[in-house]
Amino acid sequence: MTDTGTEKKRSLSVICSKGSFDMAYPGLILANAARMAGVDARLFFTFWGLDIVNENKIDHLHLNLVGNPAAPIPAMIAGLPGVEALATAQMRKEMERLDIPPVREFVEMLDDAGAALYGCQMALDMFKLTKDDLVPQVKEIVTAMDFLDMSEGAQIIFI
Amino acid sequence: MSLEALEFDAQGYLANRGDWSEELAKELAAKMGIELGDAHWKVLETARAIEAESGSSPGLRKISRRAETPIKSIYKLFPDGPAKLIAKIAGIPKPKSCV
Repeated sequence: MTDTGTEKKRSLSVICSKGSFDMAYPGLILANAARMAGVDARLFFTFWGLDIVNENKIDHLHLNLVGNPAAPIPAMIAGLPGVEALATAQMRKEMERLDIPPVREFVEMLDDAGAALYGCQMALDMFKLTKDDLVPQVKEIVTAMDFLDMSEGAQIIFI
Repeated sequence: MSLEALEFDAQGYLANRGDWSEELAKELAAKMGIELGDAHWKVLETARAIEAESGSSPGLRKISRRAETPIKSIYKLFPDGPAKLIAKIAGIPKPKSCV
């Protein structure tokens, strides 16, 4: 063990494939924890995960209650209009209490912390999006192969 | 007290907070390749103050807000794992916060 932890540089690659409010945070938090501890971190946003860095969606991510067995309310009620929005607002408040910032601020914080953010080329093509549709913190659009090349020797987490 | 005589836990955090002094902080920082300036002290004092008030070591976001030091600057001041380095130099436990 060294004081700085740099003996052999650890590195973490996080693949974010889901775009709901509750599934956006785990990847962001893990990458942030890595940077805080001196571990290199990069994130790959693919499929619905692109919503996390989509300029038009980043501020409006929703909790996923329907089809979520861990949802705190019955599925019948969860599906009613407005219920997910209400639950999302409640969770936002809880997160704020724990000092966890909104997704947009979190993404900015990760960029400031030196984490590298990448968009998935194929997912962008599929959703007919371009890099301009994404928040400016996304450094580059790359393919899955590129991301794996960058991740050589890294620990990879899929969310 | 010399650095050798002090007790640290397995991860390198100061075991007894009473052992902490500004001199010790300078020595610990030097060992990590950091020369403490005013901006460093502002961050360290803020971390110590939050820990003293709340009883838990703060994450970077809390420190950043209260010390009015942007996250980006904190990473420049304490490169390579600022949350850990700040806690070690400030003589407080490993932070429990993930932000």
